[in-house]
Amino acid sequence: MQFAQRLNPFLRRIPVWPIYALAFVPPVWLLWQAANGSLGVDPVKALEHRMGELALQLIVAVLAITPLRRYAGLSLLRFRRALGVVSFAYVVLHFLCWLVLDMGLLIQQAAGDVLKRPYITLGAVALLLMVPLALTSNDWSVRRLGAARWSRLHRLTYPAAILAALHYLWLVKAWPVEPIAYLGAILALLALRKLPRAPAARAAAQLSTTGPR
Amino acid sequence: MMAATAGAVLSAMPRTGQAGIATVPSDYSTGEAPNSLADVTGYNNFYEFGTGKDDPAAYAGSLTTDPWAVEIGGLVERPGSYDLADILSGVTLEERIYRFRCVEAWSMVVPWVGFPLSGLLDRVGVGAGARYVAFETLYRPSEMPGQNHAILDWPYREGLRLDEAMNPLTILATGLYGEEMPNQNGAPIRLVVPWKYGFKSIKSIVKITLTDTQPPCTWNQTNPREYGFYSNVNPAVDHPRWSQASERRIGAGLFAGRQETLLFNGYAEEVAELYAGQDLAQDF
Repeated sequence: MQFAQRLNPFLRRIPVWPIYALAFVPPVWLLWQAANGSLGVDPVKALEHRMGELALQLIVAVLAITPLRRYAGLSLLRFRRALGVVSFAYVVLHFLCWLVLDMGLLIQQAAGDVLKRPYITLGAVALLLMVPLALTSNDWSVRRLGAARWSRLHRLTYPAAILAALHYLWLVKAWPVEPIAYLGAILALLALRKLPRAPAARAAAQLSTTGPR
Repeated sequence: MMAATAGAVLSAMPRTGQAGIATVPSDYSTGEAPNSLADVTGYNNFYEFGTGKDDPAAYAGSLTTDPWAVEIGGLVERPGSYDLADILSGVTLEERIYRFRCVEAWSMVVPWVGFPLSGLLDRVGVGAGARYVAFETLYRPSEMPGQNHAILDWPYREGLRLDEAMNPLTILATGLYGEEMPNQNGAPIRLVVPWKYGFKSIKSIVKITLTDTQPPCTWNQTNPREYGFYSNVNPAVDHPRWSQASERRIGAGLFAGRQETLLFNGYAEEVAELYAGQDLAQDF
């Protein structure tokens, strides 16, 4: 907690825009690797899965911000919007990898899969749930909707995250560790929100949100 | 990254000291262009070495494949433990260039080196009442790190109906690309059943048993709804979680898209009659 309080003033000075700039690096790097053959024997699947994984990792990061503030007193709220928007962009790229490279634009078979294959359905629903979140990730929308309604809307993050993790778990054969770990992390981060707050943590959280501006 | 993969591939190759295995061509070979050696040896499902496609190339190098014996038993006239050299003595090895269709809806073309399973079964003598052939993969967790995890119920098991096993397309393969079988592809001896999904083609076989009842098969036991005993390639019978109507040919390039999957993986002429009168959606 002491550590967080010393870190927070420093975090406040870090600008947010580099997140958007850095967000271009992984997809461009992956595409370049896919083009020059260093993404392995099946670059299509590698590209598709890496984009999906990156999106899921950012979703976990977004969900970690509130518990980190509440239990560690760490104030990362300023970066949450950027991380959320980038995760949505990666989800869209993941979807495009699937539709264009994996399905080869066989629209009819792709549409059939969205309706008939539960894991693809889950992924598609998660993507759709994220659309209003991405569209309202700006100050104008917060003002327009009002903070309370905006917050309620953005709780769509929770079902979207759970569906995204199930989408991954349902896709694989057998029970490998990675998809289980993502689902576990997401459920744990959501459960932390339900726990009663410790008094010390509450004080720290309040300090970090209502502290000096 | 490519260099690292190639290095792993080389280290996983058994060293024979002689270049190339003498083979004769086969009329059963497809005219389609085979996948590159890097594709065939760098993209494998062999959960004994991990669930990642590149795990087998990375970790199979430590597998000891010599000495190797196959225990042949059950309803056979001459049961026993047969050394690999005995199994191969007097056998004419053929090059069989087969299409290979994975249940995960990707495919390759592989130039196998092998011989018909029927030849071996004839030599050991199929016993009266035998109706199925059961196969078992080596169980050796010290050399197969994936077996330290309960991903599947080890050892891996597969099975065929006797008429499927005796079909001339069904081979035991001991090599590919004119060389001895790389460890990650199921060294030193594996099954290849080209009209069935790849997981039926069991690798690194140590046991063959002829039975009168349908033998347990690992993926079928793991998830009977998704993986049937027959598991014939069939574009009209979807996997519950994905379509089997089309497939991606590995190595075809980033923008190659998909190609249509063929009934029995294009081997209907040779094997369709095995299933005359059977409902393939029922017996999937």
